[in-house]
Amino acid sequence: MGWAIALHGGARDIARTVTPERREIAEVGLRHCLQIGVAALKESRTAMDVAEIVVRELENNPSFNAGRGSVLTEEGTIEMEASIMEGSTKRCGAVSGLSTVVNPISLARLVMEKTPHIYLAFDGAEKFAREQVDFSTSTESNSHPETVGCAVVDSLGNCVAATSTGGRVNKMVGRIGDTPIIGAGNYANYLCAVSATGMGEHIIQATVARDVAALMEYKGFSVKEAANYVIGNMEKGTCGLVAVSYNGEVAMPFNTSGMFRACATEDGYSEVGILA
Amino acid sequence: MGWAIAVHGGAGVDPCLPMERQQEAKDLLLHCLNLGVSALKASLPAIDVVELLFDYRLPESENAVGQPTENGLLPTVKIHANVVAFDKILQNGALSEKELSSLESCIQNGDKMPCRKGMLPDFQMNGVPINIYEPETVGCVVVDSEGHCASATSTGGLINKMSGRIGDSPIIGAGTYANGMCAVSATGEGEAIIRATVGRDVAALMEYKGLSLQESVDFVINKRLEDGKGGLIAVSSNGEVAAGFNTSGMFRACATEEGYFEVGIWQ
Repeated sequence: MGWAIALHGGARDIARTVTPERREIAEVGLRHCLQIGVAALKESRTAMDVAEIVVRELENNPSFNAGRGSVLTEEGTIEMEASIMEGSTKRCGAVSGLSTVVNPISLARLVMEKTPHIYLAFDGAEKFAREQVDFSTSTESNSHPETVGCAVVDSLGNCVAATSTGGRVNKMVGRIGDTPIIGAGNYANYLCAVSATGMGEHIIQATVARDVAALMEYKGFSVKEAANYVIGNMEKGTCGLVAVSYNGEVAMPFNTSGMFRACATEDGYSEVGILA
Repeated sequence: MGWAIAVHGGAGVDPCLPMERQQEAKDLLLHCLNLGVSALKASLPAIDVVELLFDYRLPESENAVGQPTENGLLPTVKIHANVVAFDKILQNGALSEKELSSLESCIQNGDKMPCRKGMLPDFQMNGVPINIYEPETVGCVVVDSEGHCASATSTGGLINKMSGRIGDSPIIGAGTYANGMCAVSATGEGEAIIRATVGRDVAALMEYKGLSLQESVDFVINKRLEDGKGGLIAVSSNGEVAAGFNTSGMFRACATEEGYFEVGIWQ
């Protein structure tokens, strides 16, 4: 038992597309974000707070960007999305089609806490953001990460998953990926929390995050067995995920050439990795 | 084995819905079902059959208040006539005389059509009283004679929702889902359906726990929706059909090649 945290900065063909120098920079970023999460857990912050803090850190960290302004639609616009889910209550929040919000994950949490809904998108989501007090928006085109995410279980056994993305390079305008889709790129229940990354359309079709939890729930798999099973059934080169279980276990499988990842558990285990 | 089809016109029905409206709904459901059955008998693939039903255009009717939506769908547009008028009152405060008399006769139906026994008068969906709420969602699930399953769901959204709010209908795994074993279309409180990953869970229970189609449907409705209200229709790759709901009613119709047939609103 005890707390555990696993985070990612995206799974893709890193071996071929990210230089060793950029990988070193990314590794520093991963350690930094992990430290932030571990420190918050040691202070007994809730899983919800920890997941949000860590994903904000990942969203703001330039290490996980594929390059300045690279995550743009085919028309050169930005459409960010995010979702967050609390396993013990199944409360969730999701946003899509954001262009001015600095931290989409925080807006997703506000949707969950301040509206009767789960998912707001495009103009409606931007309008909601502007109505929030002390909420940061910006019209500068900063770099945005492809996909980042975090799965956390706190010392009370509560699991939370949070995932955020700048989208997919050159996607069609209005295309929504897996990140804001509860059960696809992000999911948590009383057993586990899962954040996925990779090719969004594949992840949606395979309901990746829900399937990890469903295998635990309906077949009694451990989080590692469930995560490995789901990734093993995905087409090679399409998917990675991080997951934690209610009893403090972690899993970080992927079938791409790399996934920016890090994890730590209360009993002292920790790991940072990029390539397979 | 063989083909099977189910259609729904939404879960959460006013228990005091006038008899003539109930009959209109059933007629429309039956009409859509027959369209689907004809297509299946002509060996159209499942994915084409589901889309075919969503192309159905309602003929002009003097009973219909308000315009049909752009996709021409809504077998329930006549039933929604009351609520279209209600929306206008809430938003604009002005109705034509014809709309007003149509609305009044429905509100005052108490002495013509008593409410169904056993229904709590304060039943709510998404916080809206059941005599105002309208299920804006329609759906269809089909398995063709090759055993291929397809699901389609379409919605006008939630009455009075926040701008930009997305519900369960376009969320793969929530309001809509299909795989090699089954196809599912859900309706009801969208947020509850998303939380419960309704569509995917029906399939996962069959796949991972070996439950039958009906057992999976019942489990999801009774155990996974928790406090949420909703319903669903489903077919399996071996020609079964199932429906379930925990609401006051769900407009539905289903048929199988083996000859099973049902058109219904209530439990």
